[in-house]
Amino acid sequence: MKRYRVCVLGGGPAGLAAAASAADENASVLIVEREKKLGGILKQCIHDGFGLIHFKERLTGPEYAERYIKDMIQKDVDYITSSFVTDVKKLSDGGFELELQTQEGMEKVESDTIVLACGCRERTSRQVFVHGDRPAGIYTAGTAQYFVNIMGYMPTKKCVIIGSGDIGMIMARRLTLEGAQVEGVYEIKDAPAGLDRNVAQCLDDYNIPLHLSTTVTQVFGNKRVEAVEVCQVDKKFNPIKETARIIECDSLILSVGLLPENEIADKLGIEIDNATKGPLVDQTFMTNVPGVFSCGNALHVNDLVDYVSENASLTGKYAAIYQPSNRTLVKINYSNKDFLYVVPQYYDSSKGGELNLYFRAQKEVRNHKVAFLINDEVELDKTYKRMLPSEMEAVKIKTEKTVEHAALRMGGPQK
Amino acid sequence: MTKEMTCIVCPNGCLMRVEQNGDDIQVFDALCKRGLEFAKNELINPTRSITSTVATAFPDYPLLSVKTDGELPKDKIFQAMELINKIVVKDRIKVGDVILSDVFGTNIVATSDMTLNAGEKRVDN
Ligand SMILES: Cc1cc2nc3c(=O)[nH]c(=O)nc-3n(C[C@H](O)[C@H](O)[C@H](O)COP(=O)(O)OP(=O)(O)OC[C@H]3O[C@@H](n4cnc5c(N)ncnc54)[C@H](O)[C@@H]3O)c2cc1C
Ligand code: SF4
Repeated sequence: MKRYRVCVLGGGPAGLAAAASAADENASVLIVEREKKLGGILKQCIHDGFGLIHFKERLTGPEYAERYIKDMIQKDVDYITSSFVTDVKKLSDGGFELELQTQEGMEKVESDTIVLACGCRERTSRQVFVHGDRPAGIYTAGTAQYFVNIMGYMPTKKCVIIGSGDIGMIMARRLTLEGAQVEGVYEIKDAPAGLDRNVAQCLDDYNIPLHLSTTVTQVFGNKRVEAVEVCQVDKKFNPIKETARIIECDSLILSVGLLPENEIADKLGIEIDNATKGPLVDQTFMTNVPGVFSCGNALHVNDLVDYVSENASLTGKYAAIYQPSNRTLVKINYSNKDFLYVVPQYYDSSKGGELNLYFRAQKEVRNHKVAFLINDEVELDKTYKRMLPSEMEAVKIKTEKTVEHAALRMGGPQK
Repeated sequence: MTKEMTCIVCPNGCLMRVEQNGDDIQVFDALCKRGLEFAKNELINPTRSITSTVATAFPDYPLLSVKTDGELPKDKIFQAMELINKIVVKDRIKVGDVILSDVFGTNIVATSDMTLNAGEKRVDN
């Protein structure tokens, strides 16, 4: 049985970058990808806007992914597609045995470390509360994107979109360009979930109305969606009955958020953060299970793929150089009044080293100070012109100190 | 004349206040200089880039993703889509190859590499 140093689960941008940087540390690497091709979700994201930070270019999803695939192929990395992990066992020597379902059948490999890079999945109609029938014609925005951009099949002639996530808005434009009518985008909150830029270039450009504080309350149709009922909501998100209106359409498209994919993390008994829905990790992106790492959208949902690549490339390196040792985990404190989440959640003071911290503000704030404290002393402070829950922030903290307490704090508005 | 405009040049998406007095255009609340340039274009001749897919003659690769390599006038987008939807690619082409040139002042180029084998299997045992 072949033994690898690092086994990467998932061949999206996170898995590709993790594998490449692990190979740079002279580790033997295997990527296991469930789909037929490497590249992850970017294969279907044909719109542009990727790589602005990393390549200083406005690339489309496939272009971005292919740069990483070409880079990875140059290196001595093994990969296997159309395959997934069915079981993982911990070995007595600290490594892992992975059972793979490949096209040829079952196969087993061993690895010293595992990098979980399985990406995220979309919330579905089961996770949003809509009354009525469950006929055909209810898709997530990602599924609609797969149909149109990969299969070349138009799933709708006239649709309603529920939720104003970026993927939903991007699909509103895409479906319109291909000749469908997007009746409107309905968002239960009083502000769009996705970027303002996408409201402008995907909705406003094509005169697609965005209805805020409004949601879909009912779906009608026997075999296929025939109509939906939409309703404005009050401050507590309760539908205001008098505002109900029926819209005829053949499809309802959901763009109501993403969740990290944790099937394998669950199998390994990995602890999950309630705020991110991804694993709890330390500054090396190692989970509570020694030797198992997590990166990309499997760790927390990123809004820009550039950050995914950067984070994954660090993770791959840490997985390659990992040596078992005792851990002294110090929790990174923050108030959930100020921040939605902070990743990593722990700093292992036995390991030390730099800390790459990702965080999101709980609500929109302008001219606020953010400080990072170690042992109650300020290590870094920075004033942000504007922070939004939809935009992740990243900072790097370098310290020589023995960390006993760590905290991220938000100060009040600055002059 | 004063109007609000969202700059779409980068993910910041600055909400700008744009003041126009004849030829004089001023921009407020933009985080960088590109906001002014965008606002000027938007008022005089708004342009956009587009991305889409085209059909191919290859059953193993039925759809190829494409983009315009520059921008075209906003009001020509649907006419450009009609041209794009008529294309059938008959050669295995690479990223950046021009598929259709001079579409309202821009070219349709491939954004995916049909010769790249991004899958199947490679394990050296
Ligand atoms: C529908 C959709 C559209 C998006 N659009 C944008 C966008 O426009 N711009 C942007 O910046 N970001 C976008 N994102 C976010 C985007 O996912 C990330 O930027 C980036 O692709 C995350 O990379 P990743 O490698 O973590 O995940 P992914 O790209 O999702 O890759 C994960 C890979 O793991 C594989 N996998 C999952 N489970 C297993 C398993 N058990 N075994 C083996 N393989 C497995 C999957 O098949 C997939 O290939 C979008 C996300 C989604 C879901
Ligand atoms: S003004 Fe500058 S920073 Fe603001 S969205 Fe435009 S390009 Fe980005």
